Amino acid sequence: MREEEINFAKSDSFNLTMIPGAFARKLRTCIIWQFIRFVVINIKMLVVVSKSH
Amino acid sequence: MARLVVMGGGVSGHTAATFAKKWLGDEHEVVVVTPNSQWNWIPSNIWVGVGQMTKEDVVFPLAPVYEKAGIDYRQAKAVSIHPEGKTDSDTPYITIEYTGQGKEGQTEEITYDYLINATGPKLNFDATPGLGDGKGQLGEHTVSVCTADHAMHANLELQKIFEKAKTQKQKILVGTGHGMCTCQGAAFEYIFNIEHEAKKAGVRDNLEIKWISNESFLGDFGMGGLHMKVGGYVVSSKLFAESLFAERDVPWLIGAHVTKVEAGKIEYELLDGSTGEEEFDFAMLIPPFAGVGLKAYDKNGEDMTDKIFAPNGFMKVDADYTAKPYEEWKASDWPRTYQNPDYKNMFACGIAFAPPHLISKPMKSPNGTPINPTPPRTGMPAGIIGKAVAHSICDMIKEGENAHLHEASMAEMGAACVASAGKGAFDGTAAAMTVYPVVPDFEKYPGTGRDTDYTFGEIGLAGHWIKHILHHMFIYKAKLKPGWTLIPE
Ligand SMILES: Cc1cc2nc3c(=O)[nH]c(=O)nc-3n(C[C@H](O)[C@H](O)[C@H](O)COP(=O)(O)OP(=O)(O)OC[C@H]3O[C@@H](n4cnc5c(N)ncnc54)[C@H](O)[C@@H]3O)c2cc1C
Repeated sequence: MREEEINFAKSDSFNLTMIPGAFARKLRTCIIWQFIRFVVINIKMLVVVSKSH
Repeated sequence: MARLVVMGGGVSGHTAATFAKKWLGDEHEVVVVTPNSQWNWIPSNIWVGVGQMTKEDVVFPLAPVYEKAGIDYRQAKAVSIHPEGKTDSDTPYITIEYTGQGKEGQTEEITYDYLINATGPKLNFDATPGLGDGKGQLGEHTVSVCTADHAMHANLELQKIFEKAKTQKQKILVGTGHGMCTCQGAAFEYIFNIEHEAKKAGVRDNLEIKWISNESFLGDFGMGGLHMKVGGYVVSSKLFAESLFAERDVPWLIGAHVTKVEAGKIEYELLDGSTGEEEFDFAMLIPPFAGVGLKAYDKNGEDMTDKIFAPNGFMKVDADYTAKPYEEWKASDWPRTYQNPDYKNMFACGIAFAPPHLISKPMKSPNGTPINPTPPRTGMPAGIIGKAVAHSICDMIKEGENAHLHEASMAEMGAACVASAGKGAFDGTAAAMTVYPVVPDFEKYPGTGRDTDYTFGEIGLAGHWIKHILHHMFIYKAKLKPGWTLIPE
């Protein structure tokens, strides 16, 4: 059994949603990938901030 | 010389007062009346509540900042507004009661030419029996993270639970303490920060961590949820929120109105009318918000609080307050200038203004109990509205009372929000989200009510870095350090 799949069996509501796999989880704290996301998210946020002022 | 009085030195009032003083210079007076001696960057209280920051990290004294800016600071709470003055004078004024500066308990009248109400929320713990102490403060059975002091206390209690969890099972309950709460985002951050710290402390296996909220679906957040583009799909925040809860093994109870809090137990009613109980060893339940209870009087001293304030205590502004069914709600119901309709020199910003209606779909249990989140007014809208109101008043002072007013409708403004899901420079995560506009506009954006090009969300370490940078940036800005005006609200 893959670690990330265990929680599906814990309840009906868990069973009916999506749970990220090992790769998606790894990316969340992967420094290089997150540095890229940091730049992208900042740009997106600045666009929303500038549209709102 | 004109005098602007700002009631409330929180996110919105501090923004309004500091910009107004910068724009008005020494020719005009800006007075801030606020009961707190310290400014608090409230979003970081979450980290105080799990022991990852201290109170000193999230507050700073207001007096030196206002002194440097040339703002007249009164550490006092506003008690009443008299927009028509009194029988022998037409000059409007407010009454205040000092809470500091060596004048505790003394009252005073302060006249004004322009008034901003930025008094934020009253944390209405007593709305739920047992959640409050019966005197308006937090009760003894649960904790809160709404103020820095509450968050310090929450952490002390949490550490006791972590200690016990080394040898025995413990149950943690986090969410909302009433059917009409807002601010689910803060509870969301707190539950996942607890979960993260529990793993770090090696006690996660002995902790049952459960969510309880008044949302009709997970991920509503008082905004009726949001839809974002991910992997070529446009998906509801429900799926994302449920995914995170399932991944972290946090079961949820939603559509819940907490009816009673006792030692180690809450009672609740659900949207389907059923009732139940939930036991806990540690619970953080957000209280419902109300206006702070300001009174208003006319020239003859007659009470006209109902004319100025909505029944929930928030101040009426230029919104359309006509009662109408959900299907007829429009983006244009939301206020644009935040000017009081009866007294044009009076404005309300941040949480202090009365919203025209909910954003989420209204819901009731078969017993008639309303169970739905009330509209959030988070930091970014609170700041933007405060600045727009300050701008309008400065223009009115300089160009006359018919000057064009600045607009900042929540139905035309977006919000960037970063919800922490655990602190750590390399293992922290946060959900970084933007939503545009905050109040959905189904006429402009049929389908989701929002522009999905500017509404997105993703969870990761990058979000945590942003949250951490924002902490330092906003405290720097609030301290009026060099270049503070360049940092957006
Ligand atoms: C735990 C927590 C976490 C949060 N996290 C986020 C987040 O991550 N991002 C985000 O955008 N928002 C967040 N928020 C919401 C954000 O804090 C509010 O949107 C914001 O503080 C609202 O600003 P405000 O000025 O209207 O109210 P406040 O900041 O609450 O300011 C109101 C001020 O008025 C003063 N006051 C009260 N009564 C009186 C009186 N009678 N007379 C004069 N002054 C008075 C108060 O002392 C206070 O200083 C969070 C809220 C909480 C509770």
